Parts: sequence; C-alpha cells; structure tokens
Amino acid sequence: MHRYLLRRLLQAVAVLGLVSGIGFAVLHLAPGGPAAIYALTPSMSAEDLARLTRELGLDRPVPEQYLKWIRGVLTGNWGRSYRDGRLVLEIIGERIPATLLLMGSAFALAVSLGLAAGIVSAVRQYSLFDHLLTFVSMVALSIPTFWLGLMAIYVFAVLLRVLPPGNMGTIGEAVATLDLLRHLVLPAATLGLVMVATWSRYTRASMLDVIREDYVRTARAKGMSGRAVVLKHALRNALIPLITLAGLQLPTMLSGALVAETVFTWPGMGRLFVDSIGYRDYPVLMGLLMLTALLVVAGNLLADLVYALVDPRVRLS
Amino acid sequence: MSEGAAAALAPATPRPEGLARLVLARFLRHRPAVGSVAVIVLLVLGAALAGDLGLPDPIRIELRHKFAPPLTAGHLLGADELGRDVLSRLLHAGRVSLTVGLAAMAVTVAFGALLGTLAGYYRGLVDTALLRLTDAMLSFPPIFLLLALAAFVRPSLWTMTLIIGVTSWMDVTRMVRGQILALREQEFVLGALGLGASGGRIMLRHLVPNTVGIVAVAATLAVARAILLESYISFLGYGIQPPLASWGNMLNNAQSYFTTAPWVAIFPGVAITLAVTSFNFLGDGLRDALGGQS
Repeated sequence: MHRYLLRRLLQAVAVLGLVSGIGFAVLHLAPGGPAAIYALTPSMSAEDLARLTRELGLDRPVPEQYLKWIRGVLTGNWGRSYRDGRLVLEIIGERIPATLLLMGSAFALAVSLGLAAGIVSAVRQYSLFDHLLTFVSMVALSIPTFWLGLMAIYVFAVLLRVLPPGNMGTIGEAVATLDLLRHLVLPAATLGLVMVATWSRYTRASMLDVIREDYVRTARAKGMSGRAVVLKHALRNALIPLITLAGLQLPTMLSGALVAETVFTWPGMGRLFVDSIGYRDYPVLMGLLMLTALLVVAGNLLADLVYALVDPRVRLS
Repeated sequence: MSEGAAAALAPATPRPEGLARLVLARFLRHRPAVGSVAVIVLLVLGAALAGDLGLPDPIRIELRHKFAPPLTAGHLLGADELGRDVLSRLLHAGRVSLTVGLAAMAVTVAFGALLGTLAGYYRGLVDTALLRLTDAMLSFPPIFLLLALAAFVRPSLWTMTLIIGVTSWMDVTRMVRGQILALREQEFVLGALGLGASGGRIMLRHLVPNTVGIVAVAATLAVARAILLESYISFLGYGIQPPLASWGNMLNNAQSYFTTAPWVAIFPGVAITLAVTSFNFLGDGLRDALGGQS
C-alpha cells in the first residue's frame, strides 16, 4: 500500500512536471506575446515596448524563463498579473469558490439524477424508458454547452422571466443566499445536464454487469424482493466502478464550467481564463493551467485510492 | 455498450457469408445509427451543394432584410443582424465545420495510432514515456489548452484542424496501445517473428490492420468531438473568423438578439447538435456491429 502510494505520487509529480513544461511552451513559443498587445496601444513607443519586454523578462531565452517561473511556483511565488500587477495566487483564489460552487452543484445534480435514471433503465432493460433514456443521453452529450446555456437564458430569463440571465447576484445588492441560489440554477443545470447523461449511461452499464452476477441470483433465489436485491446487493457493488468516473470527469467538468461561466457571466476561474487570454496575461494563464491540472491529477489519484479502500478485491501493489 | 448485448443475444446468422455481411446486418439493427447515416449524408450534401441551391450569397449584406423572420422576404430560416440569409450561412458554415471535424479526426487518428502502436509494441521505456505524456495531456481541461493554443496562432481552417488534432489524440493512443499489447502476445506474431520479420513489418502488416475496428469507432467519435470543440473555440471568438461562417461563430453575438431575432441563435445550435449526435450514434452503432471491443 505504501509503496503503491509512493509510486503513484511520483507519477503524479512527473505528470505535473510535464504539464508545466507543455503549458509554458505553448504560451511562450507562440508569436505575439503580451508585447504584441501593448504594441496596439497608441501611446506606447518602441523604446517603452523594449523596456517593458526587458522588465518582464520576456527577452530572455524561454528555458531560462521557465526555470525562473518553476522556481517561483515551488516557493509559492506564482508571479504577478501583467494586467493589474496583483499576485496571481490572490487573483485565482478569489475565483475558486464561485467555480467550486458551480461545479459542486452540477455534480450533485448529475449524481442524483444520473444514478436514479441509470438504475431504472438497467432494471427495466429494453423498456420504453430505457430506449428513451439512451437516446436522450446521447443527444445531451452532443449539445454544445454554450448553446444549451443560451437557450436556457432565452426560455427562462427572456420569455418566462422567472430566472436571472447571469451574474452571481443582483448587481448593487448585498449577497443574499436566496438570490445567489436563483442565479445558480441556470448555470448549474446547464453544466449538469451533460454530466447527468454520462452518469446515467455509466450507472446503467455498471448495474447491468452486476445484475448478471451469481450473488444477485442467489439473493433472488433465497426469496428476497426485487427492490431489496437491486438496492442492497446490486447497487452497492455497481457504485464501485463509478468512483473512477468522478475522477475521470474532472477535465470535462472544468471545460464545461469555463463555457457556462462565460455564457452566464459567472465570476469563476473559467471566465478569468477567457479574460486573461484576451490580455495575454501569461502569469495568470500559467497559474490557471497548473491549478486545473493539479486538481485533475489529485482527483484521479483520490478516486483510485477510494476505489481500493471500498473494494477489498483490489490489491494495491 | 447497450445495444451490444442486444446484438449478442440475437441468433447468429446461419449463413457465414463473410464478416462484412454480418457486421452490416448488426449495424442495420442499430436504428439510431442508421438514421444518423441519413442525417450525415444530408448535412454533407447540403454543405457540398451550398453554392448551387440558388440561395443568397452567405456574406452578402442586405440591410433592408435585417432580422427578417423565417419564411419572409425569401429567407427560409430568416436573416441575421446584417440581413444575411441564415440558411445559406448555415450550409456554408457546414462546409467549414464538417471539414474541420473530418480533417481534425484524421490528425487525431494518425497521431493516436502511431503513438499507441509504438507504446504497445516496444513497451518498456518508450511505453512509460508515452504514457506519462498522455497522462499529462489528459490533465489539461481540453478547452483550456485549446484556447491557449488558439489565441496564439493565426486562426484559420487549417490551424483550427491542427490544434484540435494535437490536443485530441490521447484516447486513440490508449485504445490502440491496449489492443497492440494484447495482440503482440498472440501466436501469429510469434510466427512472424520466427520467420524473421522485422519490428516495422510486424507492426504495419500484422498488428495495425488488426486495430482497424477500434480505430474506426474512435475515428467516428473523434469527428463528433472535433465539431464540438471547433464550435466552442469559434463561439469564444478564437476560432474561425468572420466573415467566414462556422456553426460556432454564427452564435458569437446571438445573445444580444434574443428578443428581436431568436432564430439567429436557434438554428446554428440545432445544426451542431444534429451533426454531433449523428456522429456519436454512428460510432455507437459501429462499436456494436464490430463486436463491442473497447
């Protein structure tokens, strides 16, 4: 167990090292860095531009810039934003709660609805409900999140006027829980729908695997009711493989959050990323890439560990 | 995965007239997949013939027709904020979006199959290195990495294709690697080795042809994914640039026209959903027909 953990941790470190290298290379080897944006400012002279490039260290060779940056990351100095000079960690830190609230709500929605639909679908395999769910899930997986969000705004905010079209709260008012919840409904539902589809598909498949097992037949044979067999014996074991799904889904979920945050002007990390792209704000962009990758790697590691903890058949070695 | 069970339960065709026939028969039983083929054919035809249907020029501005509702002023699906015909733009955008989807799939599959084959065949250090690279690429949320790349290249059809391709190969790599790992232990590989075949020959002649099934499925799903990703990037303004229309960039300003012209926002989304759903169902049907590998 300890050796397994150590090996996985070392792997995670290697992966994060690669992630930082790839991210840095993508941003810094591309033409038109931050200087190109400043160059558009009319009041900026060629000398100013050269001085700025020098001060930001952008005239140094890329490997040297990378080493300087990675040393900073390891010592907790993630740099300052090119845009307003504030600390990167501070800027990102402010945005984390909004993204976690959005993703958490969508995740809760996905797990509860997805599990319920998946169980019913598996128990009544080949029923009308089953066929319908399979079809609807596939369509849900194919709808672009931003368009789904636009349509949600159109129907619920423009036509019916029952929910606000965006932001995290009514502008000019103090943060109130009820108001926040009203603003959360549309983005969370939009982000959650795709995930509901994934969860119902995986739950259905996992339940179908388990239902064919001998111990389920034994439970039936000894006279247990259908509901008890499904909920007590089948579901508990069907849930185990789904733990991995929670980890695997993180990258897609973060991508979906970026899109939902943009459409619903939700002040989270995703919108910060889109805004920072516009300003070529390298330090913030690198910070966000690293942080999201860290989240994904940690999430997957955690999912694997929980899996081993829950399922005694899995030996970690 | 669902209809795979259905196919397995159905009685096997008594006349073994060849694998192709069996696969086709199984595929035809997957009704959503068959319907999807029809939709894809229609979308491709629409895109191919976009210029020959007597529709208005997709970039011709006609301010008199600004926000003309569907079925008025000769606009079947209405006109947009500049009076351009929405149907014509939709079909021309289909050219761009479908081209990016198919071309990015080719890049994805070529990259994925190459790396997967190398990792599975050579194992050891090559495998470990490629696996870590795959893990690292999979740790980026896809849109974050794509946006970062898209923002720094000159946006065009081909750069879009390339950046979607180089950020999407990981699933194919993993699938092909798994298949190759299993295949290389089989007797026919040992036989080829015994006859003195080189590594390259074994990979190209004996291993790669045996991955065609899973690669076909992965390729179909990759088209769906690429169309979706292109629409995201173009919607966010870093993809295909106006006046060239793509399904994604037609939705750029859609939000501002909700109250006046909802059709401008509705139709491009329907087109994307239709195309992506169809390719996803097609992939599903292929997987069932080819025997539910993966």
